[in-house]
Amino acid sequence: MSYRQARYDEPLIFELLGGNDFCPVCDDKVRIPEEMVRQDLCLPDIPEREVVRHYINLSQMNFGVDNGMYPLGSCTMKYNPKYADLLSSLSTVTSVHPYQDEESVQGALQLMRDLEKALCIISGMDAVTLQPAAGAHGEFTGMLIAKAYHAANNQQRDEVIVPDSAHGTNPASAAMAGFTVIEVPSGPDGCIDLEAVKAALSERTAAVMVTNPNTLGLFEKDIADLARLVHSYGALLYYDGANLNAIMGITTPGAMHFDIVHFNLHKTFATPHGGGGPGAGPVGVRMYLEPYLPVPRIISEDGKYRFDYDRKESIGKVRSLYGNFGVLVRAYAYILEQGGDGLKDVSQRAVLNSNYLKSRVVPTYEMPFAQLRKHEFVISAKKLAKEKGVHATDIAKGLLDKGFMTPTIYFPSLVEEALMIEPTETESKETLDRYAQALIDIASADPEQLRTAPHNTAISRVDEVYAAKELILSWRIYQRKKGPGSP
Amino acid sequence: MVLDRRMLEALGIDDVDQLFSDVPDEVRIDGLPLPTGKSEMEVIIKVRDMLAQNTTVEQVPSFLGGGIYNHFIPSAVKAIAGRSEFLTSYTPYQAEISQGMLQALFEYQSMMSELTAMDVVNSSNYDGATALGEAATMCHRISPKSAFMVPSAMNWEKRSVLKNYIDGVGMSVIEYCYDPYTGGMDMDDVRSKMTSDVCGIYAEVPNLFGIIDPNVTKLKKEFPEVPLVVGVNPLSLALVRPPGEYGADIVIGEGQPLGISMSFGGPLLGIFACRSEHVRKMPGRLIGMTKDHDGRRAFCMTLQTREQHIRRSKATSNICSNEALMAVTASAYLGIVGAKGLRSLARLNMKNAKLLMDRLDPLDGFMAPMFDGAHFNEFVVRTPLHPVKLNKLLLRHGIIGGMPMHTHVPRMTEHMLMTATELTTMKDIDKLVIALQEVTQ
Ligand SMILES: Cc1ncc(COP(=O)(O)O)c(C=O)c1O
Repeated sequence: MSYRQARYDEPLIFELLGGNDFCPVCDDKVRIPEEMVRQDLCLPDIPEREVVRHYINLSQMNFGVDNGMYPLGSCTMKYNPKYADLLSSLSTVTSVHPYQDEESVQGALQLMRDLEKALCIISGMDAVTLQPAAGAHGEFTGMLIAKAYHAANNQQRDEVIVPDSAHGTNPASAAMAGFTVIEVPSGPDGCIDLEAVKAALSERTAAVMVTNPNTLGLFEKDIADLARLVHSYGALLYYDGANLNAIMGITTPGAMHFDIVHFNLHKTFATPHGGGGPGAGPVGVRMYLEPYLPVPRIISEDGKYRFDYDRKESIGKVRSLYGNFGVLVRAYAYILEQGGDGLKDVSQRAVLNSNYLKSRVVPTYEMPFAQLRKHEFVISAKKLAKEKGVHATDIAKGLLDKGFMTPTIYFPSLVEEALMIEPTETESKETLDRYAQALIDIASADPEQLRTAPHNTAISRVDEVYAAKELILSWRIYQRKKGPGSP
Repeated sequence: MVLDRRMLEALGIDDVDQLFSDVPDEVRIDGLPLPTGKSEMEVIIKVRDMLAQNTTVEQVPSFLGGGIYNHFIPSAVKAIAGRSEFLTSYTPYQAEISQGMLQALFEYQSMMSELTAMDVVNSSNYDGATALGEAATMCHRISPKSAFMVPSAMNWEKRSVLKNYIDGVGMSVIEYCYDPYTGGMDMDDVRSKMTSDVCGIYAEVPNLFGIIDPNVTKLKKEFPEVPLVVGVNPLSLALVRPPGEYGADIVIGEGQPLGISMSFGGPLLGIFACRSEHVRKMPGRLIGMTKDHDGRRAFCMTLQTREQHIRRSKATSNICSNEALMAVTASAYLGIVGAKGLRSLARLNMKNAKLLMDRLDPLDGFMAPMFDGAHFNEFVVRTPLHPVKLNKLLLRHGIIGGMPMHTHVPRMTEHMLMTATELTTMKDIDKLVIALQEVTQ
């Protein structure tokens, strides 16, 4: 299929011309201390019509799930149902102030409480907080809970163990919570090396962070043994829920003996990623960790819902208010629509799609480690790189030219020239076949054509070195630096 | 939905469960005990009816603010932010096919940089409170000392978030008091508490009491070595001097007033700006202008070596997914209202707050405002009844009252923060005044 993205040379909004037509206008005098009065304000003053055209042009130079297949590994870019958008834009969502009296927000509280309960069932946990704004924020929350738990038990535990295949947010979140991070190498089969974990465990270990299936798409089959090992040292087992899409209805983090879990509602539960966010990263815990969850908790009494702030052992707050409510509404609607049977179906189809696509592109591409994958798989472009000088980046850019989003590349780092592919359950066999064919065609394509790809997108290959060297990060800086040869 | 048998056949299996043979029996479950799935129609009806129990600020007048505000959102803002090319895309890692989002975020950074008079703005944090937390730890990276100074009168939620963010690096908080007359910062108290351990000082404009406090301009003059963090309401910056002009090192704020709906408190928009010299210590994603290989103007993410996916435990922050769509929403809003519109709106907010204040002050048992500093769009009023009780009574009259102050400043037990915006009408104020007279009789 040929693909061509719009290419508009769209000016910056600061470069557009025309007069401001916004109403109301108010020139009344107001009281501001003299030394606090603003003199000038350089924002564009242009008609609404031109602003709309500007952004419509920009949107056409952007690619989302609604444009085409988006198998960005680890990100679970599934189709985002439109009923969820509709519901989150109701005025009963958008026009509710978070500090309203509880009496006047019973619908919101009921929805949140019901969502918590559904997430408990899906994860096998006992209690859930909806407060964290994203997956990484959930990890941070989980680490604060682990810290509070150990402190309450008078334990000095300042280390967190993560496998080298873990997502970068895992070690970053643990470090932010004040832990020393110990990375352990994966075993020769791509799974956690129990011996390596054992060697790293001690009475200083607060938690071990695990993703299952892991970032290679492999199910950690020794998970029960790992849990026993971790618990025997008095440490907690943390579940990075980014890959929950593989296991719903098959197993749960609870059944795998995890203690703390975060969810990515913007992955598994189909809420749109918005070009980077907002997401939502609820955290589930076992009963004995429930006292540490952030405030407020939602409780129901005599058929009424209310917030409970009176919780002595709580870690307090990890953000203002209660969570990304607009995102929670979407995820709740999605869970209702799927139901328990539907969610199991989701995981089965996600795993089927992944294994099918894998079977189509291997052995054109090599795949290190065992063959059976869950919802995603990681192939390597090492051979192509060696023989033809075509790297994972070049393959990615070649895919863009064919109107497909790329896999995640160069992650996880234990696979050289990694291409991490997660087709999700919402793609059909026909689309998977086209994606497979695109990858196969690229493997035999003219290397020069690939190294200069993409050719069919809004711009040709971007100069990242120039960006990092010049650091033009705002209009303000651009005005200062602009000169001959500037973009 | 039925599985596509063609794919099972291609894999040479007849049961999808064979693809789960690596999941040991020991950890298996037998499906999820949730209700069975529903049709779209049923879902919409169920969720809509559940949410209909909420009272909205469209149905009744509201005087709530305290960080989240009921502002008018031009229809075009929603049309722009709802474009599914933006909505359904991921972080723009593949720059060539994501120029739209990248340019929109570059423009967000640029507009926020103009508003704050700072050079660099990241493409968003989760919210204002987490932006404050990240600002404090960034101060620690700039100046590795252990104390962070904050106002004693600050939204308690922010204080709690801040504590969680700074605990990990072993920092603690020192609180400075407010002046009981002006409601601004007590400069003598700041001076007396300033020690060589302080790695940053935080001030808000407008502050918790809604006051535009000129003392902030003294901080950098008196303490040139101490990184200055200023928290702003971006709407106020249409009229109020931007922190970049009085020496702020970092500016943070809640971007919700810029065209983002309240949505019961989320999603929000954490504004995070800093001076160029600190850019490598900054959290979050940055979009830079560059060229493509044909020399055309282009945009891409840059300075990623600060971020978690490269630096892992040494990253400046763990943030990955952020609030990009909210940043696009805010810039579409700023584009539509423009400099002139933003100034008009800010004036209307101030004007309506003043009208409200003047109507509340004469009421029996009320005093408004409590402080004589200049207010932006909210102010503290003393009430004759406990504010929580007063709010319950007002709700029965179809009014959403102000924010009780005691949760933030414990000794303010008979105080409420009342807010007006451009959406507050004379009719709303009349209705409030009548109701207050009735319920306090
Ligand atoms: C495996 C894994 N863990 C954690 C995260 C972090 O989630 P978020 O981007 O929502 O912060 C991601 C997604 O980016 C991920 O793929």
